[in-house]
Amino acid sequence: MASEMRPKGKLLTPFNIISVPIILLGLGILVVRFTKGLGSVTNLSQEFPWGFWIGFDVITGVAFAGGAYIITFVVYVMRKEKYHPIVRATVLNGLLAYIFYAGALMLDLGRPWNIINPIIGNDFGFNSVLFLVSWHFMLYMMAEFVEFSPVVAEWLGWKRVRGFLDSLTLGAVIFGITLSTLHQSGLGALYLMAKPKIHPLWYSEFIPVLFLVSSIFAGLSMIIFEGTISHRVFKDQIDPEKHGAFEDIVFGLAKGAAIAMFVYYFFKALIFIHQHHWTLLNDFWGFWYLVEILGFVLVPCFMFAYAVRHRRLGVVRVAAILTLVGIILNRLNISVIAFKWDAAVKYYPSWQEIVVTLMVIFAEIWVFRWIVLRMPVMREAHERRPGRSPALDTRTLET
Amino acid sequence: MNRRDFLKTAGIAGAALTARPAGAEQPAEPIEFAGVLVDTTRCIGCRSCEMACSEEHGLPVPNIANDNALAAERQTSETQWTIVNRYETSKGEVFVKKQCLHCWQPACVAACLTKAMYKTTNGPVIWRPSKCMGCRFCMVSCPFDIPKFEYHEWNPKIQKCNMCFERLQEGKRPACVQSCPTDALMFGMKRDLMEIARVRIYNHPERYVHKIYGEHEVGGTGWLYLSAVPFEEIGFRTDLGTTPYPEYTSDFLYGVPLVLFGLPALLLGLNLLSGDDDEA
Repeated sequence: MASEMRPKGKLLTPFNIISVPIILLGLGILVVRFTKGLGSVTNLSQEFPWGFWIGFDVITGVAFAGGAYIITFVVYVMRKEKYHPIVRATVLNGLLAYIFYAGALMLDLGRPWNIINPIIGNDFGFNSVLFLVSWHFMLYMMAEFVEFSPVVAEWLGWKRVRGFLDSLTLGAVIFGITLSTLHQSGLGALYLMAKPKIHPLWYSEFIPVLFLVSSIFAGLSMIIFEGTISHRVFKDQIDPEKHGAFEDIVFGLAKGAAIAMFVYYFFKALIFIHQHHWTLLNDFWGFWYLVEILGFVLVPCFMFAYAVRHRRLGVVRVAAILTLVGIILNRLNISVIAFKWDAAVKYYPSWQEIVVTLMVIFAEIWVFRWIVLRMPVMREAHERRPGRSPALDTRTLET
Repeated sequence: MNRRDFLKTAGIAGAALTARPAGAEQPAEPIEFAGVLVDTTRCIGCRSCEMACSEEHGLPVPNIANDNALAAERQTSETQWTIVNRYETSKGEVFVKKQCLHCWQPACVAACLTKAMYKTTNGPVIWRPSKCMGCRFCMVSCPFDIPKFEYHEWNPKIQKCNMCFERLQEGKRPACVQSCPTDALMFGMKRDLMEIARVRIYNHPERYVHKIYGEHEVGGTGWLYLSAVPFEEIGFRTDLGTTPYPEYTSDFLYGVPLVLFGLPALLLGLNLLSGDDDEA
């Protein structure tokens, strides 16, 4: 066990050299933040109570983590075994994303010790969308932990526990998908009462639906992006013969993303036409809206479709990156950029807010790497033979 | 039955299932909310209300003789729950007091997940420090941008007018109303204040625009305003609509129990249907 805890691999990698100073600097900034107040390190103001930490870390981060509920749906509910090899890595990513990005919410709370109130029922604000979202975050983290727990049990060699935890998976998956549906849309619903503050091109009573649909292709694109990197970084964890199988999976994901994006684009167009927004296209905000919708939804949507048809892996990767940029744009537009678009003094993040955000991302990657190098996250995935049921596979592994 | 009604019915059914505490629905004694009528034609911009407010709530007292604060339009802040602004209008100089309007169905209260923002039974919307976790969702939701946050405190508070909630309980009027030398502020039940406001407009149709701000805005507010000039000229937003803000999220919230119970059933069904070559 002790040997497991020691660092594996070289210490002076480019990633470590960049990430360690940023994590340390971020921790320093947090000390200032918790002693001198949020205003000492952020550019938040009375007009912009929510900035980069909420708009990017939480709202965007959670959309990116949507892959876990999509993949568990496909594999455990629809029983598409083709995608089984990526379940563990995706669920781990989702779990860590929630712990770190939703956890970043705590940094933004002015009085975080009172978070106990909505949890223990000191006072339940049932009417609050945020009440719903925070509870769903919490429950979903537990569901994802249950989904991932067999891997931990396998790592520790607890066979009986492993069997028991496996039996919980379907329940956790169904519960998790339900919670995801509600809190992905709930994040959008947070902005429903900010109606007079959000530019009409971005405000719609259907924000919750748009957030839900976009979390599908955000999650799928994140799996493609993150999987591509993981497959290079952790290549000694993976059987080289299985790279072809991963390509097949990527094209499947790309197809799903293309369809979800087209649906999303269609919704956006319907809302746009229905609300008679033609005249709003005539200024900077109209241009900015078109950049988001055409450049970062429609273009990557067609790129995915083209790439699937002609089996062009490179195009899929570029499309995934464009899609992720589009999601960042969309979430930041609603939460920061087109929020109080007419304010005299606009908000932009301070360097400290960006450093802390990078700290959160790097810390998440550190933990991800720590787990992948030890637990059977990637390894297990590629020992699986297609067409086997998960139960059978478990037994193969334990012998 | 349209979609909205369907969602509502389903939501109520779902809400019943999840056993919400039924406090608000129980028939109780009729509630009347208190408020204040602000007659901007009477305000002389002396800012006595600002001083009285600061003294009452232990906030820094503005030096009204020398600070030249009327030169530019101000907002309430974490150190000033109320402020008076000066506007150059088509009918000359107008002074307008600004503070929390104490909505009948406040967005901030609906937003609060800890019930720290709380609509008391007699009208004031108050903030309760022991409950607040500082998420600032109230600030995002308030259509008037009234709640203010102490960004430079390790233990920050939300600062906003509480209509002198403690004084009302002692049977006194709010400090600002008490301090007003020209009767520009009048405290009372909204129903009475509406009558008084209408009588003033009726008796002096040439002096007032025929609108009472707060009668219907965002579903009605506790504070009401009379003006000689259109309200846009004196810093009011007139595009906020008459829908109570909590209603913007109610459709979504009514849908929650539906999804919470319906979706797992659907997923389980899909799972069983898709299990062709498995034993399940």
